[in-house]
Amino acid sequence: MVCSRFVYLDNSATTPVRPEVVAAMEQALRETFGNPSARHHLGLAAEKALQEAREQVAGVLGVAPEEIIFTSGGTEANNLALKGLARALRRRGRHLITTMVEHPSVLNTCRQLEEEGFAVTYLPVDASGCLDAARVAAALRPDTVLVSIMHVNNEVGAVQPIEAVGRLLAARPEKVYFHVDAVQSFARLPLKPGAWHLDLVSISAHKIHGPKGVGALYVRRGTRLAPLMGGGDQEGGLRPGTENVPGIVGFGTAASLAAGDAAAGERMAALRRRLWEGISRAVPEVRYNGPPPERAAPHILNVSFEVQAEVLLHALEAVGIYVSSGAACHSRRPEPSHVLAAMGLKGSALAGAIRFSLSPLTTAEDIDYTVAKLGELVPQLRRYQGRRRTTRGK
Amino acid sequence: MYQVVLVRYGEIALKGQNRRLFEQALIANIRRGLEGLAPRQIRRVAGRVLVPLAGDWEEVEKRLAAVCGIVSFSPARVVPSEPEAIERAGLEEMAAVMAPGATFKVEARRADKTFPLTSPELSRRVGAFVLRRLPELRVDVHHPTHRLMIEVRPEGSYVYTRVCSGTGGLPVGVSGRGILLLSGGIDSPVAGYFAARRGVALLPLHFYSFPFTSERSKEKVIDLCRILARYAGEIDLYIAHFTRVQQAIVEQCPEELRITVMRRMMMRVATRLAEAVGALAIFTGESLGQVASQTMESLAVIGAVTDKPILRPLIGLDKAEIVEYARRIETYPISIRPYEDCCTLFVPAHPATRPRREKVEAAEARLPVETLVGECMERLEMVRVPPRWY
Repeated sequence: MVCSRFVYLDNSATTPVRPEVVAAMEQALRETFGNPSARHHLGLAAEKALQEAREQVAGVLGVAPEEIIFTSGGTEANNLALKGLARALRRRGRHLITTMVEHPSVLNTCRQLEEEGFAVTYLPVDASGCLDAARVAAALRPDTVLVSIMHVNNEVGAVQPIEAVGRLLAARPEKVYFHVDAVQSFARLPLKPGAWHLDLVSISAHKIHGPKGVGALYVRRGTRLAPLMGGGDQEGGLRPGTENVPGIVGFGTAASLAAGDAAAGERMAALRRRLWEGISRAVPEVRYNGPPPERAAPHILNVSFEVQAEVLLHALEAVGIYVSSGAACHSRRPEPSHVLAAMGLKGSALAGAIRFSLSPLTTAEDIDYTVAKLGELVPQLRRYQGRRRTTRGK
Repeated sequence: MYQVVLVRYGEIALKGQNRRLFEQALIANIRRGLEGLAPRQIRRVAGRVLVPLAGDWEEVEKRLAAVCGIVSFSPARVVPSEPEAIERAGLEEMAAVMAPGATFKVEARRADKTFPLTSPELSRRVGAFVLRRLPELRVDVHHPTHRLMIEVRPEGSYVYTRVCSGTGGLPVGVSGRGILLLSGGIDSPVAGYFAARRGVALLPLHFYSFPFTSERSKEKVIDLCRILARYAGEIDLYIAHFTRVQQAIVEQCPEELRITVMRRMMMRVATRLAEAVGALAIFTGESLGQVASQTMESLAVIGAVTDKPILRPLIGLDKAEIVEYARRIETYPISIRPYEDCCTLFVPAHPATRPRREKVEAAEARLPVETLVGECMERLEMVRVPPRWY
C-alpha cells in the first residue's frame, strides 16, 4: 500500500522501536554477547549491561533494582505473578479477586488456576469501563490471598482505582497481595508501587518503544513466588534461562528515554481530547466508549462509528492511518470484545468500535489528518453497508 | 530399501492415438511434482512409468499421490531377473513389512518368457524360500494381509507389496486451460481440484475488494493456491480489484439484485481474462440451490453474460460432501480462516432467488459495465504460486 502519510495510532498494540533503542540493542548483540553467568570478563560485561538496564527500569517505578525480574513480556509477567503467588500461598488460602475486563493473560491464567482448585471472583465494571474500589472490599474473603487489577484498560483506557485498592488492602489485618497489570500504564501514567502498596507489577518493553519479547515483573522485597519453570538461578531463581541481554538492554534504554520525557502525559492527553472533539465535530452519530475524563488514560480513545470496525480499519489503512478494531468482524465466529461486552455494549456499537492509541511521538498533525479522513470515509462506508447499518441503540 | 516406484496410469492408456501425448504430459506432471527433490531420470517402460528413488520414498510418496493422471503406484525392489536374486528380494520385502499375525501370498508374473521358471513355479519357489526364513509368517491364498508381487521383465525384476492410490484422472494440461473463480470459501478450491484432476491447467481468479475485505483475505487465497498447486502444478493466480464495481452496484442497482449483478460482473471479467490467456471455460464452486445465486434461474441469468462454458464440478454435491473433499485435499483449514466475511456486507437481506433476465438487464442499465470491466482488467494482478508440500 503506497501512501504518503503515515499515522500510527495503534500504540497499545505495540509501538515503533526508537532508533536509540535499536542502537543500544545492536551494540549489545555485537559486543555484549557473553553469558552473564560466565566467569570471564565477557560474562562480567553482560552482567553489567543487565544491571544497568535493571536500574533504568527500576528507576521509572522508583523501586530497588533487585525487585525487577525480567521476563519474556507482559504475558509471562502476569503468569508469574498470579500462578507464582497462588501456588506459593496455596496452603494459606485459595481465593483470588480480579475484574472482568483484564487482559487475556490474566483472565485465562485465572481460569487455569480455577482448574488447580482456586476460586476466582471476577468483578464487573460500570458502563464506562471503570471499577468501583468498594467492590473489591466487598469481595474479600478470609481466604483471599491475591487481588489482581489492571492499571489502565487496554481497550478503552479506563484508569482503575489502584491507589485506593492498595490502601484498602494494606489496612487489612491479614496480608492480601496486590498484583497490578501495568503494561498499558508503565512510563505513561504515574505508577508508584511503594506508596500505593503494590506487591507485584507487570510491565512490557514493546509498549514503550522497546523491543518485543521482553518485559518485567516488579516483585516487592519479601514476596515469595513459585517459579513457573525449572532451571538455573538467573533472576533470583524466579525466571531461569540465559538472560535476553539485547532485549533487556533495549528495555532499559526505552525506559530511560520515556522517563526523560516528563511532559509526554500532558501532551498525549491534549491530543486525545483534540481527537475526540474533532471526531464528534466531523462525524455524525458516533459513540464514545470509555471513562469520564478524570478517569481516562491520556493515550487511549475508543469510539463506535456505525460502520463495521474492520472495514473502517482497512479504509483508514489505505490512507496511511493505523488503528485497531475493538471487536473482530466476522459473521462465522463473532468474537466481540469481552471488555466492551462487560461495559454493556451491544449490536452495531460493539461491532463498530475502533481504538485509537497514541504515543509520545504522536503529533497534532497526525490527529488532524485522522479526523479529516474519518470525516470523509465514515459517511462513504456507511452508504455501502446497506441493511447492516442499523440505528444507534440508545 | 526401495529403489524405484512403479507408476500405473490406467485411463490414459485408453486414449488411442493421443496416448503418446498423454504419457508425455504425465511424465511432465511427475517431474514437476518432484521438483525440489533430488534430480532423477524418469522413464516409460511398457505401459508404466518408472521413478527411481534416492532414499526418499516418504517424500516421493506424498508428491506422487497428488499427481493427476496416476491411478496407483508401488515402491519396488529391483533385482536382476535370476531366481536367487528374486528370492532374496522377496524375503527382504516381507521382513520389512511383516507385523504379528501377518499372512501372505506370492503373485509372480513372468513378462519375460526367457525366464527359466513359469509364473506359478516362481511363486511357489519364492513362497517356500520366505516361509523357511520367516517361520511366524503363514500362507493365505484367499485373504492374505500382504500380497508379495513379482514382475519379471527383461531389464530386471520388480518385487513389492504396497499399492498406493493415486489421484486418478488426467495429467494437468491435456484438457487445456480454465479460469477458476476462487473466493476463499470452502467450495471453489474443491471445484479447482476436480478441474485439475480432469487435466485442466488452472488459472484462478480472485475478486478483491479492499477495504471491505482485508489483505489477509488475499493471503488466504494465495495459501489455498499453494495447496491446489500440489495437484495443478505451479499456479498463476489473478487478482481483480473489485471495490469500484461493488460500490457502483450498491449505488446503482436494487438491493435484491445486487448479488446477481455482482456475479454477472465477475463472469464478464472472467470471460475477458479467459480470452486474454486462451482459457476455454470458467469453473465455479457452485452447487445447485446452495444459496440464492445458485438456483437454476440465477445460474441462467448469470451465465447469460458469457459465451464460455461455465463448468460446475460440484453441482450435484451436498455441502457435507464438499466439506469432506475439502478436508481430504487439505484446503479446509485454510478456507475456514475468518477473513473473507466483510464481503458479506454486500449481501442483501432478501436476495432475489428467481431473478428475471429483463429485470436484471434493466438494473444494469445505469451501470457503466464496459468501463468497470475494463478497469478491472487494467488493474489485474498476477501472483505465481508454487506448491506447498509440508
